[in-house]
Amino acid sequence: MTNEFLPPGLALQKADERIMTLNVGPQHPGSGHMRIIVQIDGDYIVACDPDPGYVHRGEEKMAEYRNYITNIPHLERPVIHDSCNVLYPYVLGVEDLLGIEVPERAKYVRVICSELNRCIYTMYWLAIYGIFLGHSTMFMWPAGDRELLIDLMEKISGARVTHAHFVPGGVRNDLPPNFEEVCLRQVNYFEKRIREYAAVFYDNPILISRTQDTGVLSREDAIRLGVTGSVLRASGVDYDLRKKEPYDVYEELDVHSNVMKEGDSYARSKIPWLDMLESCNIIKQALEKMPKSGSVRVKLKPNPKGKGLNSVYKRVESGRGSLGCHIVSDGKVEPYRLKLSVGSFRNLIALPYLLKGEKLGNMPSVYWSLNYWPVEADR
Amino acid sequence: MSTNTEQVTIEEKPAEEKPVAKPVAKPVAKPVAKPVELPAFEKNISDKIVEKFGDKIVVSFVKVNRVGINVDKENVHDVAKFIRDELNYDHVESVSGVDYPQDKEIEVVYHIGSYSDPSLASQLIVLATRAEREENPIPGKDATKLPTLRDIFYSVEFHEREVFEMFGVYFTGHPDNRRLLLPEDWADLPPLRKDFAIKGR
Amino acid sequence: MLKDLMTPENANVFIGKLGDILEKAIDAPLGYAINWGRIWSLWPVHIETACCSVEFGAASSPRYDVERFGIIEAFGSLRQCDLIVVQGTITRKMAPRLRLVYDQMPEPKYVIAMGACAITGGLYFDSYNVLPGIDGILPVDVYVPGCPPRPETLIQGCILLQEKIKRMKARKFV
Repeated sequence: MTNEFLPPGLALQKADERIMTLNVGPQHPGSGHMRIIVQIDGDYIVACDPDPGYVHRGEEKMAEYRNYITNIPHLERPVIHDSCNVLYPYVLGVEDLLGIEVPERAKYVRVICSELNRCIYTMYWLAIYGIFLGHSTMFMWPAGDRELLIDLMEKISGARVTHAHFVPGGVRNDLPPNFEEVCLRQVNYFEKRIREYAAVFYDNPILISRTQDTGVLSREDAIRLGVTGSVLRASGVDYDLRKKEPYDVYEELDVHSNVMKEGDSYARSKIPWLDMLESCNIIKQALEKMPKSGSVRVKLKPNPKGKGLNSVYKRVESGRGSLGCHIVSDGKVEPYRLKLSVGSFRNLIALPYLLKGEKLGNMPSVYWSLNYWPVEADR
Repeated sequence: MSTNTEQVTIEEKPAEEKPVAKPVAKPVAKPVAKPVELPAFEKNISDKIVEKFGDKIVVSFVKVNRVGINVDKENVHDVAKFIRDELNYDHVESVSGVDYPQDKEIEVVYHIGSYSDPSLASQLIVLATRAEREENPIPGKDATKLPTLRDIFYSVEFHEREVFEMFGVYFTGHPDNRRLLLPEDWADLPPLRKDFAIKGR
Repeated sequence: MLKDLMTPENANVFIGKLGDILEKAIDAPLGYAINWGRIWSLWPVHIETACCSVEFGAASSPRYDVERFGIIEAFGSLRQCDLIVVQGTITRKMAPRLRLVYDQMPEPKYVIAMGACAITGGLYFDSYNVLPGIDGILPVDVYVPGCPPRPETLIQGCILLQEKIKRMKARKFV
């Protein structure tokens, strides 16, 4: 293996008197499940080389050996606390391949589950973001409040985090009786609760002085780097797939996408919080408009097959941005090739760009503001 | 292979728009009815590309919000440049490789989207190109090579690194061809090729 | 007499032996106290290996609050830790790092395998990049099954580990 192909960190480098190479991770509270190789000159980062792959589990290869239904459990494992959203494009894609029309009520149930999951994911992310900025209250509050919504999802699907609730043709089970009232009550309380975060976290002068004007991503660079989700919207690009390419019943709902112009860590960390408020709004609308009864699932034949060589690319807006699923089918019961194009992997490209010139102490705030979940990026 | 793809995807077009009624047999019998079915905006985009490149490209499908284009590896760079400069597409969402052992080719599919042009927000161009496939690959040193699109779309950088390690497709001109996700000591075949079998299967 | 036996060459050996003798001497009367001290200061290393870390995080949230058992106080240096909770899938790239982390921890040290992936490979039994369980690289004390285990399960696993330590000989790990 020549030097050109050596993995990050293995290639020999010329020793330098000023520049020091520092490995952050994989055993490091600030890095998650990945390694970031930073080169520092004094306190300033001069180069950064992310080294993901510590949780690369070969989901795409495994998908080629399982049929369309048995693919469901392992495809939601990349982001178990956002499992409805990560399954969403796959389910939409398989429905497109098989030519299934989903009942109206199932579409609303999907939207509700998807928005609940977005909040659950974002609350976990917010807890981690808070604790790595040294803000212990911001770990305890979101970590406790997300249990409210986890309870709701547990009522729907029976599992705490891994729901496997979306199936091609609808959702696995109907909502439990009396769900609408419980959901409305919990969501109202949740919304009231997260509004309080502004006073403790987002208006906190310490947080503002730590995150404002660090890791600034301009609008042009955000477009050029192809980042997605909250990172993109924090840089002033109004791009939310729930509005731009509405799937299921999002076009019947009033969705507002949150955009900020600053492009710094503060904006990137505020956008997910605003999205949660928006999600609460969407859930309330969906509960109102949902048909009160009806089927939630089209029964499929056992071992459904696609027709001939065909490919489909579906994408949804997940908690981390656009999440695409490219399925190539060759008419067998298994997909011929399945590719997940995930938001975390697409946002990773911005990390070396943002960290250059920052102080090392700002690394956690910049890194976690990318809304990055390493397990998803590695797949 | 490309003609086959074309026919099949034409079959799928009614299913894309109205999946309730699926007259699968009818469009096959009458391919003349095809232009009526095609969505106008997407047809317009594909027409622009056809007008520029003529027979160098094959429009593999035109679906709602998706335009599929197959192109040789000699022309992929020019087509991508045209898509960026003239059609206002500005980023690549996904780069996926597909291995076709029976054709002795590996297909690399770029899904190209646009942030800056609001009218193209829901549109994706599916640009597919094919590289030669080797029976006994030596990644980076054999004939499985494609020109990189990184100088056109900066966002393909990590995606192309991933395709290189997963399929052994070397991207000529890519500045950073190091390994990304696999372990450092990986010495087997690139794992997403079809001849790499996982254990017990 | 000791002075005659001890030379600069064998001083290390001699002091080591002396430690052993001391250990034996205090084991019977003080073993309970030593173990008691270990039980209530189980500090895990902060190493996340896969998706079970979500439930590991939820275990220290206000609802489950695993710290009331004196167990999990993450965010320490690994030189001060004595527990490693393997949170899920170990890939081939992670395995050497996990062993490296384990080797750097001081004795005594305990291992909890959390999640089906850490126990047998779980859902990823046929993946090309996943180890079939961590038994091959680490000696596991407690297995916590589930995919992912609920926080209650993790808490019960930790309590089981405490019970196990209570019955261990104190000098075993010195």
